[in-house]
Amino acid sequence: MELILGQIPWIVMPIIFPLIGSMACFLFPAKAKSLGLLTSLVVLACVTRLGWQLKALGSLRYPMGGWGAPLGIDLYADGLSLLMLLMAALVGLGISIYSSSYFSRDKARHFWPLWLFLCGALNALFLSADIFNLYVTLELLGLTAVALVALAGGADALIAAMRYLLVSLLGSLFYLLGVALIYHSVGSLDIAILAQRVEPSPAMWTAVGLISTGLLLKTALFPMHFWLPPAHASAPAPVSALMSALVVKASFYILLRMWLEFFQTQGAAFANFLGLLGAAAVLWGGIQALRQTQLKLLIAYSTVSQLGYLFLAFPLGTSIAWKGALYMLFSHAMAKAAMFMAAGNIQFFAGHDRIAELGSITQRLPLTLTAFALAGISLMGLPPSGGFIGKWLLLQASIESGQWWWGIILLLGGFLAAGYVFKVIAHVFTHDEPTSRTVTLPATMEWSALGLALIAVLLGLFTYWPLAMLEMGSPFGTGHSG
Amino acid sequence: MNWSTALPLLILASSFLPGLIIFCLPEDRVVTRTILNLAGALFKIVLVGGMFWGILHGYHFEARLTLLPGLDLVLRSGPLAMLFVTLSSGLWLVTTVYAVGYLEGSPHRSRFFGFFSLCVTATTGVALAGNLITFLLFYELLTLCTYPLIVHRGTEIARQAGRNYLIYTIIGGALLLLSSVWLYTLAGTLEFTDRGFLSGLDASLHPTLMIIFCLLIAGLGVKAALVPLHGWLPQAMVAPAPVSALLHAVAVVKAGAFGIIRVVYDVYGIEFANSLGLTLPLAILAAVTIIYGSLRALFQDELKRRLAFSTVSQVSYIVLGIALASPIATLGGLIHLVHQGVQKITLFMCAGNLAETLGIHKISEMNGVGRRMPWTMAAFTIGAFGMIGAPPLAGFFSKWYLGLGALDAGQGWVIYVLAVSSALNAAYFLPILYTAWFKAPPDSWPAERSFGNKETAWTLLVPPIVTALLTLALGLLAFAPFNLLEWTRLIVSRGFA
Repeated sequence: MELILGQIPWIVMPIIFPLIGSMACFLFPAKAKSLGLLTSLVVLACVTRLGWQLKALGSLRYPMGGWGAPLGIDLYADGLSLLMLLMAALVGLGISIYSSSYFSRDKARHFWPLWLFLCGALNALFLSADIFNLYVTLELLGLTAVALVALAGGADALIAAMRYLLVSLLGSLFYLLGVALIYHSVGSLDIAILAQRVEPSPAMWTAVGLISTGLLLKTALFPMHFWLPPAHASAPAPVSALMSALVVKASFYILLRMWLEFFQTQGAAFANFLGLLGAAAVLWGGIQALRQTQLKLLIAYSTVSQLGYLFLAFPLGTSIAWKGALYMLFSHAMAKAAMFMAAGNIQFFAGHDRIAELGSITQRLPLTLTAFALAGISLMGLPPSGGFIGKWLLLQASIESGQWWWGIILLLGGFLAAGYVFKVIAHVFTHDEPTSRTVTLPATMEWSALGLALIAVLLGLFTYWPLAMLEMGSPFGTGHSG
Repeated sequence: MNWSTALPLLILASSFLPGLIIFCLPEDRVVTRTILNLAGALFKIVLVGGMFWGILHGYHFEARLTLLPGLDLVLRSGPLAMLFVTLSSGLWLVTTVYAVGYLEGSPHRSRFFGFFSLCVTATTGVALAGNLITFLLFYELLTLCTYPLIVHRGTEIARQAGRNYLIYTIIGGALLLLSSVWLYTLAGTLEFTDRGFLSGLDASLHPTLMIIFCLLIAGLGVKAALVPLHGWLPQAMVAPAPVSALLHAVAVVKAGAFGIIRVVYDVYGIEFANSLGLTLPLAILAAVTIIYGSLRALFQDELKRRLAFSTVSQVSYIVLGIALASPIATLGGLIHLVHQGVQKITLFMCAGNLAETLGIHKISEMNGVGRRMPWTMAAFTIGAFGMIGAPPLAGFFSKWYLGLGALDAGQGWVIYVLAVSSALNAAYFLPILYTAWFKAPPDSWPAERSFGNKETAWTLLVPPIVTALLTLALGLLAFAPFNLLEWTRLIVSRGFA
């Protein structure tokens, strides 16, 4: 048995299965629900198995079809890719369970093929070994995401989707231009080769600038976040969840990968600039979230704020800082998906998401509000939660490197998060009469939100595996203070 | 998994698991919920007793979970931990009985008791924490679990109080986080150690250590209600009486004070802190808080508000004892941790009885209430005299050792602080007693509930009487075998070389 299992190229499976699943869902819409759930389970199993392999090997390179670079397509996996894959698989399973009850039959027909296709594109992105394939996967991801946002129908959603489409295309275009420049000046697209050959030059500077602009636009880093709140807030709840938890992280992953491999030679000024934008995002996003009156917009602005944290690691640059940022990214994915699902439950039950009128609803949805509160703990960075561990590591890195000002931003961001989380939670404790609405909320929708929120909290206690994962293949080995 | 690791975890689980189950119970399952509550509380006491037995027989209890490389979550038994864990688990049982009676028939009881149990879990975690990060974890957990209790009534005032509580405690928690990380980067460990783990650091780091000390005290001072960080406490008295008891005696305020003890003794070490010149400013801050709290208490007509300001004042006795850097004063501070808890819980439960039975919230409404509710007021009287420091009650010994310690430390001014404070204590408690016992009762009470020929429900009456008797016992039996003083002496001996 072990002999057969050992022969399977597990690295390809997280890409292939979702694509097969997507086609199957398209062909057999009546069975889409079970096919989707099955695919998500299989992907999680494959990623786990891949993790098993990486535990022994550290990192893994796989030429698809045996062709090898530069002709064929290479896949590459190390601890960093594994963490992203695992994040996508866990959130993906949660979203699949949630969506199995959320969508009407009519919407489900469109949702499942798109969602599984997005899953495959995302996994392919996390496994790509060259910057052109990254472009292809990024483009596939973007287009699918736009289609999913538009799924809600209605004028708001269509406008938001259209704007998102334009931003996404613009971002990809910048990225592609940068890739072309790099290919022209270095003559390769393979990240490993680039890492050895790239030298600072005006062409490289331009390329880095173009690529970063494109990716930051897609990651919605302040001040390029304008498209995110409407797009994330107007989409159907599971789509909001996958957008905020996964899709924005994809472009961040590309940026991080390039940064670790060959961008960081481009100087500290750029790193500080990214940190500054991140800091502005933390504060601006937090303040905007506090001002919102609609629950989903509040959560969307919280994403803007939380994404800012990730960029604080660039000026810090130590391996502790990267681990902190990635820990944050991982737990944010769980927490934010849970939060959007909780908001989806509230909307499903009440027919609106006006924060001021939550009092009469919350008492009818204790599980949903528990999920929201647990996710909130992680977003605030209070222990025990994954957000706390991430914050601790980033704070440690900022104090150790003497750049304490980034630490202050972390603390301020925590206050803002506490403000907007409790703005919602406070409505649990009111005198309002519980509403007499008789909508029944499917248990799967409540429990999937709670499950993801629990993972975010448990990440604050069981840190061994996530941290060990980040050691595999030492993705931060080349960091300047390593 | 052997007993050494299992026992600390079981002590936490004995309130955590009942809490989780209670959350899931429907409102009308009163009996199940009460049984779970009481069983959890009793089981915790048995477990704590078992831990005592183990320690006396030379066993060591410790549970560890690696959190980050070089940084574990640690639960550990030790003399100081035992002091606090015994106090909180003992008073929890009393408060639970009281809360069951107090909240009878009110809405959202499953939610209330769920958070109530989590609160005590967090407190025992604070007590057993073996290093600063574990302490921080439970300290923040305590913030999160007490918030729902403070806003339990859901009125605008309650929500305002909750909001204020959060603003204070979350900022305090952030300061604690910052200083913990900072200490970790300097020392490479956060493990509580007798006489501290920082004295070996290079002298060039001493100014940094002084800044961190201030941050730590500020972070902990919020919960310990040191002036000027006390603003949330008087506001939080809008919460139901059992919650006030919890805030003032068992959990929150105590966690702050306990944290200061930990920082001074087991992080910095009293001698090192003294050599850095940190203890005298802390003592002065505590003295200012003592006087200020008493002065403010004097002018409150609302009974619970007066008691709240009294807490502000009394908790700083603990801090004062710690900061005087003398073994005898420390003894006074540590026993006051227990004495203040037992006395203040009595007072708050009595105040709750007055409010629940007769609708009395203000001191000006208390005319002759002693005749209507003799047992409640008797308990209140004992608690009040304890607070004033009248012998032979518990509070007397606190003040006695604090005074001796002040002389021992060569800080004669503290005697004046104690004297003034005692006079003020008398000035704000004695009028209450006079009003209650000697003035003529009015024709009708604001909102009277009848309990047949009893003055109030027995679940409301028994707990304050028990704690009042405990106040007496702690004083009268101060030198009996297995007494509190002996145990605190053991703690003190480990803090001083």
